[in-house]
Amino acid sequence: MAKIIVVTSGKGGVGKTTSSAAIGTGLALRGHKTVLVDFDVGLRNLDLIMGCERRVVYDFVNVINGEATLNQALIKDKRIENLFVLAASQTRDKDALTKEGVGKVIEELSKTFEYVICDSPAGIEQGAHMAMYFADEAIVVTNPEVSSVRDSDRMLGLLASKSRRAENGEEPIKERLLLTRYNPERVTKGEMLGVEDVGEILAINLLGVIPESQAVLKASNQGIPVILDEESDAGQAYSDAVDRLLGKDVPHRFLDVQKKGLLQRLFGGKE
Amino acid sequence: MSQADLLDQDPVFQLKGSMLAITVLELAHNDLTRLDQQLAAKVAQAPGFFSNTPLVLALDKLPSGEGSLELAELMTLCRNHGLRTLAIRANREEDIAAAAALDLPVLPPSGARERIIELAPAAAPEKPKEPEFRPSRVITTPIRGGQQIYAAGGDLIVLAPVSAGAELLADGNIHVYAPLRGRALAGVKGNVSARIFCQQMGAELLSIAGHYKVAEDLRREPLWGEPVQVGLTGDVLNITRL
Repeated sequence: MAKIIVVTSGKGGVGKTTSSAAIGTGLALRGHKTVLVDFDVGLRNLDLIMGCERRVVYDFVNVINGEATLNQALIKDKRIENLFVLAASQTRDKDALTKEGVGKVIEELSKTFEYVICDSPAGIEQGAHMAMYFADEAIVVTNPEVSSVRDSDRMLGLLASKSRRAENGEEPIKERLLLTRYNPERVTKGEMLGVEDVGEILAINLLGVIPESQAVLKASNQGIPVILDEESDAGQAYSDAVDRLLGKDVPHRFLDVQKKGLLQRLFGGKE
Repeated sequence: MSQADLLDQDPVFQLKGSMLAITVLELAHNDLTRLDQQLAAKVAQAPGFFSNTPLVLALDKLPSGEGSLELAELMTLCRNHGLRTLAIRANREEDIAAAAALDLPVLPPSGARERIIELAPAAAPEKPKEPEFRPSRVITTPIRGGQQIYAAGGDLIVLAPVSAGAELLADGNIHVYAPLRGRALAGVKGNVSARIFCQQMGAELLSIAGHYKVAEDLRREPLWGEPVQVGLTGDVLNITRL
């Protein structure tokens, strides 16, 4: 039986799609058959981040409406075995996602995949609700700032009350925190919330801390999931997060200010 | 406006309701001779009491078949013993007619009122139901922003963090054995003796029976972030260390 994981946040622009792409790719790299599903109907981005935007023919809504089969709509990743993308429709809106339709697609995906990663849109409306409704696990992406933390908190409340598991009285969705755009330097200056602060407020398991990194933007624009950039700190942090998702005990990195070397200080090294 | 106009508007009277304790003479038998004797004996016991004492004559307890009563004669008899009849309480038509003839007010028979008193002991066994056991509402999972929990008719006990933007409501007390960062409103139906207990007070709003303090004031509290209890004294919310 597949594990259905929703990547959600409430707030927009915190890195849901980047994280979905990175984690999905990471799972596939480790040999797990994984599909990434874009729930952001009308504002689809996941195909861009995954670099498969030119191969989108049919999308999620087509499959829901029976206009295409799942096999027609699934886009196979060119770099990695076992990785597929189901793109969102760009011409519809989120009301096209019905509970029955989404449920049917998720169920069908569950038969062939080990992991179904649902990339949630921002907000707490229909799209986000559908993305999390069928989930077994949730990765709550949060930036270390108060408004993002508040929105994540709201999302956690919905995960605990408005999901299928909650409605059926089953075991609750397993919630994990992914702190992105973390800048230890700004934390020490008091400009950003620290890991402990966020952890204390949200009180959930910490899946990973992704440092703020130029590599993320570069990867997004090139359509390469940042986890494939093994040199970058963000890529390594995502890799650790995937290992933790699979149950490995990996210590957290990139939480402290890196001491700059003499040369870096002289020439203003890149971040 | 002239002086006279002002005087016209000045109220001359005021109507007020009042409860007075009045002696009621409840007649058990239509036997004025014996009444005269027995009253005389009473007066001998407490002469001070029987001097111009206002009296209501209750004729409604007379057994039926006791024959008609000479009301004027009865009143004279009472008057002779220092009891001045204000009104009668009667249900028999001839008594009411006699009172009307004497221009004496008639009060409704005591049945209605006394039935209430009679009911009271019957209602008493139900009384203990009032402090009936109302189970407290116990929450063990975190309460997130946007969630609202209401404990109707009782206490609310929370064993997990309450996030900013969450709202706790209870008719009784609120206990939070974790950080309280949301809103807590105890005694929402006006119970001024309700209290709020929390292990770490970082609330957005604390309210008891509608008297509240917002975070702006609470943050100035030296007990911000500490374990506290909150109670109401008059109109003032009191925050004290636990």
